[in-house]
Amino acid sequence: MTWVLSLIVLLVVLPVVVVLLNNVLKEANAITGSIDRITAAARAGSKDLDAAPLLLTTQQQVRDTVANVAAYGGSLDVIVDDA
Amino acid sequence: MVAVVLIVLALVYFLVSVIFALQKITKGLDETIGAVTEIITKSEPVNAIVDDINANLDAAVDALEGLLVKKAGLPEAMGLVDGLYPGAKAEGLRNFPDSATVKSPRIGEVYTRGTLTLARLGREAPIAALSPNGPALRDARYGSATSRTLYPIERPGRSPIIGTNAPTQYEAPDADPSAV
Repeated sequence: MTWVLSLIVLLVVLPVVVVLLNNVLKEANAITGSIDRITAAARAGSKDLDAAPLLLTTQQQVRDTVANVAAYGGSLDVIVDDA
Repeated sequence: MVAVVLIVLALVYFLVSVIFALQKITKGLDETIGAVTEIITKSEPVNAIVDDINANLDAAVDALEGLLVKKAGLPEAMGLVDGLYPGAKAEGLRNFPDSATVKSPRIGEVYTRGTLTLARLGREAPIAALSPNGPALRDARYGSATSRTLYPIERPGRSPIIGTNAPTQYEAPDADPSAV
């Protein structure tokens, strides 16, 4: 009787356990590849943002330009007659 | 007994493999989190700066639109806009809801007031600056005098026709085209 049970366990339960664990291992390895790609994308995105401090220059230049436009517009407002 | 041992061995093999895979995942996620943190840190001030830039540009656009409408009037301002940028009139001005639908002068025809405004806003604007090419294009007295030559006697009853085929050419024949 014990031999029969052992045979059943060996032929039925063991393959099921192996298949299930093998699938878990495959999925875990697949996640590793995805994470590597996400990491590469995040690094590239971070590198792209290295130019973000230049926005401070742009901001200052926009302020200066707008101030000049305002001064020019004020002069035009005085010089040119209204409609 | 043999079956149990085999099952345990299989469990050990696969579970250890899964543990190694999870360790790799953890290491990769740590690197990802570091890079994402960098992105967050670097992009943190961007919104405030862009908002400030947009606010300044909005103010400039509002002021310029207001000035244009104040000086040229809404119909002629939109005619001027559509003349310079065909199709732009359809979008209208932001602070003038009627600007998209107002009836504007035709592109090939500039009305009296529009002509003067255009001339003053353009190359003959009397802001006392000289052209780098030599001729006095923005000299105050020159600009004012040239504007007046458009209508030396009296203003016409209708708008003048401008362009290369216009019956009256306002530009001097010996004018330097590169200075225009």
